Amino acid sequence: MTDIPNSFNLDGEPISFEPGQTILQAALNAGHFIPHLCAHPEFKPHGSCKLCIVVVNNRTGASCAMKAMPGLEVQSDTPDLNHRRRTLLQMLFVEGNHFCPGCEKSGNCQLQALAYDLEMFNDHFTHFFQPREVDASHPDFFLDRNRCIMCELCVRASRDFDGKSVFGLAGRGRDSHLVVNSPTGMLGDSAFEKSDRAARICPVGAILPKEVGFSKPIGRRKYDETPISQLAFTCDWEA
Amino acid sequence: MTARPAGMNEEFTMTQVSETVAATLDQIIARYGGDPGNLLQILRDAQDALDWLSPETQSAVAKQLDIPVTRVAAVVQFYAHLYDTPRGKYRVLFSHNITDRMAGSPALMAHMLKRLKLKRGIVSDDGLVSVGKTSCTGMCDQGPAILVNNRAITKLTLRRIDEICDLIRARAPLANWPAHYFRVEDNIERADMLLGSAYAPGEALRAAIACGPTGMMAEMRKSNLRGRGGAGFTTAVKWEACRDAKGSGSGEERYIVCNADEGEPGTFKDRVLLQSFSERVFEGMAIAGYVTAAHKGFVYLRGEYSYLRAPLEAKLAEMRRNRLLGMSICGVPGFDFDIAIHMGAGAYICGEETALIESLEGKPGHPRVRPPFPVTCGYKNQPTVVNNVETLCKVTEVALHGGLAYAGTGTRQSAGTKIISVSGDVERPGLYEYPFGVRVSQVLDDAGAYDAIAVQISGAAGQCLTPQEFGRRIAFEDVPTAGSFMVFGNNRDLFEAALNYSHFFEHESCGFCTPCRVGTALVARIMEKIHSGHGARYEFNELNRLHQLISTSSHCGLGATATNALQDIMTKFPTVFDRRLIKRDFEPGFDLDAALNRAREVSNRDDANAHLAEGIDA
Repeated sequence: MTDIPNSFNLDGEPISFEPGQTILQAALNAGHFIPHLCAHPEFKPHGSCKLCIVVVNNRTGASCAMKAMPGLEVQSDTPDLNHRRRTLLQMLFVEGNHFCPGCEKSGNCQLQALAYDLEMFNDHFTHFFQPREVDASHPDFFLDRNRCIMCELCVRASRDFDGKSVFGLAGRGRDSHLVVNSPTGMLGDSAFEKSDRAARICPVGAILPKEVGFSKPIGRRKYDETPISQLAFTCDWEA
Repeated sequence: MTARPAGMNEEFTMTQVSETVAATLDQIIARYGGDPGNLLQILRDAQDALDWLSPETQSAVAKQLDIPVTRVAAVVQFYAHLYDTPRGKYRVLFSHNITDRMAGSPALMAHMLKRLKLKRGIVSDDGLVSVGKTSCTGMCDQGPAILVNNRAITKLTLRRIDEICDLIRARAPLANWPAHYFRVEDNIERADMLLGSAYAPGEALRAAIACGPTGMMAEMRKSNLRGRGGAGFTTAVKWEACRDAKGSGSGEERYIVCNADEGEPGTFKDRVLLQSFSERVFEGMAIAGYVTAAHKGFVYLRGEYSYLRAPLEAKLAEMRRNRLLGMSICGVPGFDFDIAIHMGAGAYICGEETALIESLEGKPGHPRVRPPFPVTCGYKNQPTVVNNVETLCKVTEVALHGGLAYAGTGTRQSAGTKIISVSGDVERPGLYEYPFGVRVSQVLDDAGAYDAIAVQISGAAGQCLTPQEFGRRIAFEDVPTAGSFMVFGNNRDLFEAALNYSHFFEHESCGFCTPCRVGTALVARIMEKIHSGHGARYEFNELNRLHQLISTSSHCGLGATATNALQDIMTKFPTVFDRRLIKRDFEPGFDLDAALNRAREVSNRDDANAHLAEGIDA
């Protein structure tokens, strides 16, 4: 236990926090990276991807959904936790249809960037090869469900920020998938616009802008230049 | 069927249908006060009336409730018993629990499919009937069982299947089917404190009122009553936390929720309690309301028990007439408490209390982030107590006999009696009530299990005991259980049970968090690979690794326990797996020749040259 108020230990180092902050927020603000996908500072904690799992007083939990408390002993950057995170990433890769070499998001994709950062060298598990729908009906955006990781950031952004509720997550278990709020279920018939917050929130390549393909070559993009674990030091969450 | 000419005629029919749909929906939505919080109830009733929930129906509901159609779709696609594609006028679902399977349900289902010339899950060409499977329907003591349009039919035989096929073909309304099909027996084989005692309506309530709210809470504390849903949390602590919590906003209110989503495979005690002891459940809820100052209660009843709804509503009406519910209960001014019944629609996860609350609010059953816990922030973000059906019955015992007397039975950490649902390879399946601390072997003797090689306790999420462990005791401090007790005789292959559980969890995972959503599916694929004879030691180790991850990293109790039984069978019954594993280190699951099936279909060829030579080893 540390005696300093409003401070906890992360991998042995003291981290100070503002009351009300989560462990993940406090760690990132203090310049300590904890991998995460579904967490975003503008939105309420979701806790679904489980990439940000930490061990607190011998119990595993999602650090995005755990309040920071004085004196906590938090483990994050340990071989065991990083191994578990790597397995979770492999699960996400085999569940969807992720084909990085042909994906416009390559280099700007948080899933890919975390996989590099955590040294995930293969998919390990058998691929699901689930058929998933691609929706190109919108003039400015593709909705490619093949790459969706169910983080619900677009759902939250459209509902809580844009006030439109364009997206929803439907289905159960591995049949979970994005649905669009429009008479036809197509993005082109929805209220979705280029200026929406939801248009710039997808951490992967499920919501992709049209007509800007490969304007910056792969190899010179955000996470090609700097590993995601270092970018998050500045709390730069944007893709 | 004769072909109908397309064109004007068809369009006219479409409009007609739409008007009927609109009128039906108007009525249903009005019945629920146009409240989107009742979305699940509205959709259930709409499906009862319309057989399925077409895109047209879903948009109409969304429009009338003024909510995004995505919210409607999310609910329709989450609950297994809501359909967004036509499933026929008669929707037959076979209970897929391991006990139903052991009692012969796969052969019965095959027979029915053959008689009706159907494929599983595919609607007949005339749109009349579909046959599928569903998770445990809670009729394990009288299986094999099916649901037909949500109505339970038990004790199936080949003959009864034939009769049912005839009734379906004759398009006989369900109401005209022989009444004895739908009879559900209580099968109480051993009664004790709860199942065996006489009961005078209102007595427990009046005893609680005599103690006063504070006095009754003190009795609850003394009783050391712990929750019967599995986790064993002390009921008094829950109630105190709810009583002392501040509600939020202008709608400040407290709620008592009875968790009757009895979905744990092999459990059926709550079914009997609700069928024959419901006044005790309701009085227990009213007492909880009295002590915590809550005025509203809900029974969340699983969809599989739809047949219980009408008798439960009748019982509620009777209790209101007798002033045991409603305003000024038993003439006590200010003691106002009433109960409404909410129906589930096929989702095991809704037994988890925060998922249940989401479902009560008309949403998909995704478990919430905890804390905050329901006792401070539950239904509509108000302090909410969620108690199991059996727990609420036990509350009446505490009220009647006092906390100390209650604590006098059972063991030190597990006071009172426990009802166990015994099924599987026993002579007398049914309910057995014992004081806590009873040995597993005694239950087996009493139920007539003479050749048990294993007992699966507390359902697919619980533990699997070997004969060496039959001396252990049923109690929170030894073998805790929510009530399920499935017995496997010496002719059974436990691998079948493990495979069954893996399919169960793959089907029931809500899909919210990565480890459970993807992990349960991976486990099921690996189990299928082993089942098909292609599993090696590698797959066995892989299951161990997945267990480590899923059980420690999942969002809620479903994921945390999803691989427990599998892990138990793997470690305690190694031969079950050993004899199925091939000697080589690894064999690919991919079958190249099978992958050419589609090509053979397309080219209309099936000669020897269209197949890879047998024994080809690349």
